[in-house]
Amino acid sequence: MIYNYYPGCTLSTKAKELDVAARKCAEALGFPLVELPNWQCCGAVYPMAPDAIAERLSAVRALVAARDNGGVLVTLCSACHHVIKRVNDDMANVKEIQQKVNNYLGLEVPYTGETKVLHYLEVLRDVVGFENLKAKVVKPLQGRNIGAYYGCLLLRPGQVMSFDDVERPEILENFIKVIGATPVIYDMRNECCAGYMAVTDKNLCKEMVSEIQDNAADAGAGEFITACPLCAYNLLENAGATKLPVSYFTEVLAEALGLNEGGAD
Amino acid sequence: MVINNKERAEMLRQLAGTNVSLCIQCGRCSANCPVAWKMDVLPHRFVYELLNGGNVDVLLEAKSPWKCLSCFSCAERCPKGVSPAAIMEAVRLTHIRAQGNNKLNPADLENYDDKMPQQAIVAAFRKFNK
Repeated sequence: MIYNYYPGCTLSTKAKELDVAARKCAEALGFPLVELPNWQCCGAVYPMAPDAIAERLSAVRALVAARDNGGVLVTLCSACHHVIKRVNDDMANVKEIQQKVNNYLGLEVPYTGETKVLHYLEVLRDVVGFENLKAKVVKPLQGRNIGAYYGCLLLRPGQVMSFDDVERPEILENFIKVIGATPVIYDMRNECCAGYMAVTDKNLCKEMVSEIQDNAADAGAGEFITACPLCAYNLLENAGATKLPVSYFTEVLAEALGLNEGGAD
Repeated sequence: MVINNKERAEMLRQLAGTNVSLCIQCGRCSANCPVAWKMDVLPHRFVYELLNGGNVDVLLEAKSPWKCLSCFSCAERCPKGVSPAAIMEAVRLTHIRAQGNNKLNPADLENYDDKMPQQAIVAAFRKFNK
């Protein structure tokens, strides 16, 4: 199988750690990522209005490129995954959007949502398998209490993302167990970090992030892992008195697989 | 062109693309919204005012759409599958699609710190600028 990969804007710049560790681990685990040539930014937010056609085009272009190269597209950033998966759902199920997009793009073969969009975590769980992954862990992260921070975009809307139980997710907690650490469940793990308000309303971010940080710390977490660069930014840069460290899940994966030797990071 | 309240409601319903008539007015959207405490008009009103006899101007004048995080908590947790988030988006678009109505400008970029992820900037410009 070819694992076409969509890095997205932030992973090429401010969240390189997320991307570099992901490629390294994928290579080691037998699913090397093949970056899509000429990908464009997904737009970061899902365009909700049914008449927003232009805003959906970059996601469709990535989906078409993946369709024409084996049919699988792997994403990593929560926002990219959210946008691309939802646009794919529109292309499969919303006739008017499907028709307008195809009219505009004038593809040789019209696109109707055929590409399978997989989040990197789904590849770990469903293709590699958590049991097989466990067997490859050489440096279990024993004694570390990790709070998984899902945020909002990775899971919602549950019907479209079909990633995990929206209110009682367990994929990241199971991942944490596999790499030898202890998952800490806290109530705000699937609530929003205030997202793009980082740009327009920093005080709001601070108020919301303080609650999330306190909630996780009270539950016994010593650190966070996340899949989203904006969550990581808000959790760190807009924290209050409680400031648990934040890593991307691919960074702790690389650590557990012993891929950080030689001071590469 | 002057359009009346009923026509404005229909335009917003089209732009939102969500079926407001399914609403049972349980208020779960507002109860779940993580920024409801910062809003002047709560999420459930965005559905309610689009039903027959509603007052659309309340929504068009509200500050709430500029506080909305598009986190989809309201839509996910609605027992009838209505999306107040999509109505917030429709109101935002009604404003920013009008000439000269951007709420965020490229000059504002100078105020951001070095670590601000592109994702945040792209998202904010999608939400507040046309």
